Amino acid sequence: MILEHKIALVTGASRGIGKAIALELGKHGATVIGTATSESGVDYINQYLSEAHVSGMGLVMDVSNIEHISNGIETIQKSLGNVAILVNNAGITRDNLLARMKDDEWDSVLQTNLKSVFCLSRTVLRAMMKARSGRIINISSVVGTIGNPGQTNYAAAKAGMIGFSKSLAKEIGSRNITVNCVAPGFIDTDMTRSLSSDLQQSLIQHIPLGRLGRPEDVAAAVVFLASPAADYITGATLHVNGGMYME
Amino acid sequence: MDITEIEQRIKKIVAEQLGVNESEVKNESSFVNDLGADSLDTVELVMALEEEFECEIPDEQAEKINTVQEAIDFVAANSTQ
Ligand SMILES: NC(=O)c1ccc[n+]([C@@H]2O[C@H](COP(=O)([O-])OP(=O)(O)OC[C@H]3O[C@@H](n4cnc5c(N)ncnc54)[C@H](OP(=O)(O)O)[C@@H]3O)[C@@H](O)[C@H]2O)c1
Repeated sequence: MILEHKIALVTGASRGIGKAIALELGKHGATVIGTATSESGVDYINQYLSEAHVSGMGLVMDVSNIEHISNGIETIQKSLGNVAILVNNAGITRDNLLARMKDDEWDSVLQTNLKSVFCLSRTVLRAMMKARSGRIINISSVVGTIGNPGQTNYAAAKAGMIGFSKSLAKEIGSRNITVNCVAPGFIDTDMTRSLSSDLQQSLIQHIPLGRLGRPEDVAAAVVFLASPAADYITGATLHVNGGMYME
Repeated sequence: MDITEIEQRIKKIVAEQLGVNESEVKNESSFVNDLGADSLDTVELVMALEEEFECEIPDEQAEKINTVQEAIDFVAANSTQ
């Protein structure tokens, strides 16, 4: 199996896209650590990993908390080993028109979606540099590329991930560590289920493939970027959006 | 830990990190000018020294460690072992 003996860390694996990524990486042989913000989320991760016969575990980690991150990575290193594949997937939305956006709505989205990527990448980097190999995969969004009214905070964070990834890819390419983004379009998860069905219908009209994406569609792209098939790809953004935006 | 032991351990780490022969690593060797290190190599070297000697090297100090001798001096002055 292509990811055998690799330790993968997937943030926000309790549901949606993160869960699909954790299972798909596991299916290809990786040992998977999935994070959630609550104990019940962790229990659920442990349950679905064991049902799918994937080795690994759930871990409580609030990615907006630096201490949680460093303690979490230390726990992983002690119990399993060094992270070879980091998937920064945890993310939130706090939508509002800019004219009405509160500081807290801006700060929490930037902290959870972007600062977490900086902190987690920095924490796992040392071991990856030593190992002279590693994969960092950041889950951005189509919104970071095309924009969306009501999501200035979210779009800024998601576009920020892309610039971050390109810069880091240049910094550490010589150490055989790749850094890439996957930018999903509209995927059927809790995040999009909160949209009205009218809005969902009008969104689908702009998707050439005529449907919302499945979490598994995104997970497949992540597995590809984590696999040896993507050895020579770095600094790239892979769009998984049914054609709603084409580069 | 005496100074020759520090020197030996540092030269070994430098050779390993920079992929050069230990015999090329002299006390006066500059990591960048003589041993071909780039900025990332220098950062890695500092991290390796921190690990080997269980100390923390703040950025302001790290900037001043440009040669093997400067590394030896730093460790000799700051190592607790
Ligand atoms: N769905 C889409 O259409 C879409 C499109 C483009 C991009 N994305 C991106 O894809 C990623 C996953 O989205 P999704 O739709 O699967 O979202 P989701 O169903 O809302 O799940 C979000 C995940 O992130 C975790 N999370 C939230 N805040 C966290 C924090 N502070 N620390 C750690 N984990 C945290 C949640 O954990 P808990 O269960 O513990 O709360 C949950 O596992 C996000 O980055 C999102 O921006 C989604």
